[in-house]
Amino acid sequence: MTLKLRSGWRQARWSEPLVYELGDPNNSGFVRPYSHEDAELERILDVTPEEMLGHMFRDSIPNIPGLSEVEVVRHFTRLSQMSYGVDVGPVPLGSCTMKYNPKISEEIARDPRIRYLHPYQDPETVQGLLEMLYLLERWLAELTGMDRCSLQTPAGAAGELAGALMIRKYFIDKGEDRDEMLVPDSAHGTNPASAAMAGFKVVRIPTSENGTVDMEALDAALSERTAGIMLTNPNTLGIFEDRILEIADKLHSIGALLYYDGANLNGIMGIVRPGDMGFDIIHLNLHKTFGAPHGGGGPGAGVVCARGELAEYLPRPLIAKKGDRYYWDYECKKCIGRIRMFYGNIIPLVKAFVYIAMLGGRGLRESAIQSVINTNYFIALMRSVDGYELPYDPEKPRKHELVLSAKPLKRETGVTAEDVAKALLDKGLHAPTIYFPLIVEEALMIEFTESEPRRQIEEYAGALREIAGEARRNPTALKQLPRNTSTGRLDNVYANHPRSVTPTFRVLRRRLQGEQLSL
Amino acid sequence: MSINWCNTALQPRVSQSLRLPWAPAANERDRREMLKRIGVNDAMELYNDVPPEIMLKEPPNVGFGRQLSEWELQRLVDSMLSKNKVFTDPPPFLGGGICFHTVPAVIDAILSRSEFYTAYTPYQPEINQGLLQVFFEYQSLMADLLEMDVVNVSMYDWSTAAAEAILAAMRVTRKKRIVVAGNIHPERMEVIETWLLGKEADIRVVEFDRETGKVDLDRLENTIDSDTAAVYVEVPNFFGVIDDGVEAIAEIVHRRKALFIVGVDPLSLGIVRSPGSYEADIVVGDAQPLGLGLNYGGPYLGIFATRWDRKLVRQMPGRLIGLTKTVDGSEYGFTMILQTREQHIRREKATSNITSNEALMAVAAAAYMVLLGGSELRELARSIWLRSHYAAKRLGELERVKAPQFSGEFFKEFTARFPKPYHSIHRALLEKGIMGGLPLADKPPLMDEYSALFCVTEAHSMKDIDRLVEAIGEML
Repeated sequence: MTLKLRSGWRQARWSEPLVYELGDPNNSGFVRPYSHEDAELERILDVTPEEMLGHMFRDSIPNIPGLSEVEVVRHFTRLSQMSYGVDVGPVPLGSCTMKYNPKISEEIARDPRIRYLHPYQDPETVQGLLEMLYLLERWLAELTGMDRCSLQTPAGAAGELAGALMIRKYFIDKGEDRDEMLVPDSAHGTNPASAAMAGFKVVRIPTSENGTVDMEALDAALSERTAGIMLTNPNTLGIFEDRILEIADKLHSIGALLYYDGANLNGIMGIVRPGDMGFDIIHLNLHKTFGAPHGGGGPGAGVVCARGELAEYLPRPLIAKKGDRYYWDYECKKCIGRIRMFYGNIIPLVKAFVYIAMLGGRGLRESAIQSVINTNYFIALMRSVDGYELPYDPEKPRKHELVLSAKPLKRETGVTAEDVAKALLDKGLHAPTIYFPLIVEEALMIEFTESEPRRQIEEYAGALREIAGEARRNPTALKQLPRNTSTGRLDNVYANHPRSVTPTFRVLRRRLQGEQLSL
Repeated sequence: MSINWCNTALQPRVSQSLRLPWAPAANERDRREMLKRIGVNDAMELYNDVPPEIMLKEPPNVGFGRQLSEWELQRLVDSMLSKNKVFTDPPPFLGGGICFHTVPAVIDAILSRSEFYTAYTPYQPEINQGLLQVFFEYQSLMADLLEMDVVNVSMYDWSTAAAEAILAAMRVTRKKRIVVAGNIHPERMEVIETWLLGKEADIRVVEFDRETGKVDLDRLENTIDSDTAAVYVEVPNFFGVIDDGVEAIAEIVHRRKALFIVGVDPLSLGIVRSPGSYEADIVVGDAQPLGLGLNYGGPYLGIFATRWDRKLVRQMPGRLIGLTKTVDGSEYGFTMILQTREQHIRREKATSNITSNEALMAVAAAAYMVLLGGSELRELARSIWLRSHYAAKRLGELERVKAPQFSGEFFKEFTARFPKPYHSIHRALLEKGIMGGLPLADKPPLMDEYSALFCVTEAHSMKDIDRLVEAIGEML
């Protein structure tokens, strides 16, 4: 028996009003606790907030529309249906590592014995959670070849900032005036931004023809001003920096340090460790590599780890153990201080604990291997597809991800990487990263991770093939896509124009009242 | 596309000894075929470019030595978490910027929509309109609460929002002197110092008035000068005090052409005047009170808002969502805007390095705000005001206890001073199952072993408060 599968993906589509159109400030779906006591409290106190606050009393009700609970649920549920996450389909955003997120971690993270804990609660009353965090820290140190990790950084970029500041303080303490940070031109945009935030001058290192750091340019850039290099390995092209030991020697021999951007760890975890490659400080994106969901852009969890004397510079407090008691170690002689309040984004940290606990070392290693197989299988499927090319030594195996270029397609048909991205959306497939690396024209940066089944990878390759065909037949029609998504293609110029840019309803109201607002 | 169902059913079962439990891994046959198509015999050939001397010989020794099933994991986690002590009867009186608030079940239900929580940053707006609309609504609701025009989604927490606000002010004014009120949260102060390490900023702290708990205006006037980029003040401050000198502060700050940065508890704005109404240039804060829960320190939600000013908005860190149209002009939609400020385009010239923020928490805060509505937000804030004042009054009636310790008006949190070191009281309270206030012995703004900071919210009934006061009374 042969059945035909339904095809023709459609996303939910309707105009869901803004909450301002749905509710008004006098409505509410909330009953506050013990409200019956309020009158008695007023009587006992014999004074009102109006009297006590005086001119600091807010004389108008905040313009927040209120809705009943059912209206809130329907509004947000309908909006969720017009959204797309990994549970809906693949999100192969290169360098973003969008895995499937195991449901068990959601359940555990919701345990009241975690959610009701106050950060200033006495450590004796949170021993269970501290034990979890302690194990997580030990595991991450083991996985990366580092000595200590600070769980405080709430995202990878915060880890980078912490790392860059650690390098800065390390050299200040040594009395050395090193103000240059080397960053490859293929690096994540966060690297140069973090280095600049930490006060470094960013020195760009070009990529060689084979897709790795240009060693001659590196030699030329090294000087007594060099504080360090920020590298990701495998790099954003998905290529392993095979001369990493040489790079480490070069930097260390002039007294500079190596910072490892852990955004791309997924393809090598359990196989090779940043510490063994010669890195001194690293950050990890637990929300990428260890299966905590991204939440539409956070909360993430970064962790920053270091070895040797650099470990003394880690943001405090660090999780520690004395006898069988767990505690926060605030001792801070050289450390850079706190990077945020309290101890970190606990919920994604717990999810990372669950992920590692369930997979074990062998499972993590298998995940890395499978993610690399998936990447290279996709490359193999794409070799026969015209319109795309694999820049930088196409014969070299890629690791966690790959970067295709749609340059041939654009040359031939005028269809750009962005058009390809929109056409993918039209098929119910999330587009890859197209904004970077800046060194690849018309870049399509694709990362499947280990969680995409073979068939999904084949479907993705098939979709790219179809789009290339469509681009040749009718490029104009393709440029009108997407149609099957909740909205048609959006106008970026209108969105960003100084006279139409509208970031809040408040600004919209002012515009509608005829105010000429320009930004 | 067609498929033969019979063949699918006959596919071999996964025969690997180790299975990736979330079923991502290819089965053995798939793997073999994939490798064949790639052109290698063994997956490890794909790692031939890794120097052999650094390849791990064995899988790393992490986890519990082997794979765990869900059931095994649940039992393990349960045995660990049973060592935690949760305080709900009564709820903790601990404050310090983060307090125990009630979280309506509907918030969790919304956050559990996996289209939201498994999404990524909406770089492709057409397929993520729902999420983008929620973000736009969060920005709009928060803007109306603060009475500011522009709000981002989002910063990591209040402390990093404050640090980034100061960095933005330094970029806008091109000045390096920063004046910070001495009564701000000490951990926030530490975070600001860390974030400014690389910027050669000159941070000056203005001592507060030890009687009122408020900013000392004369000292402020003497500290600020024409080289000052910004002044940062919290309302309520670390001691819970609502500073009624904010208009005078704004006048002093603006007279010197510096920027006025204000940190707020958004829930207080149900009854306290908005920072927009007293001319704040940048507003920061934490939306933790708006339906986020405690979670032992995070995730929380850093608020960042500015008034409508080209320079301020262009120097704003983080993501902004805006209203737009479809290219054919037929419909409205939402998309990320002003991305040229951001690191993925501007690199080392970016306003900041932030990418992952606390986006999902903004969904929670938006849902919470509309569940309440403006009117109930006011009533809730009023109820919290009443409860915290009742607690202060009752504690103050105890012999030789001063509560509130400062004469300045307060919201939600207040300090109390005891006739004996608070630590011993705290220990004794714990033995009675009560999580008392935050000891201030090692908190820099006060450093007083006799004092503690108490937080009382809508979660505390009068009986809860009476229990606390009576228990303390017995110990004095």
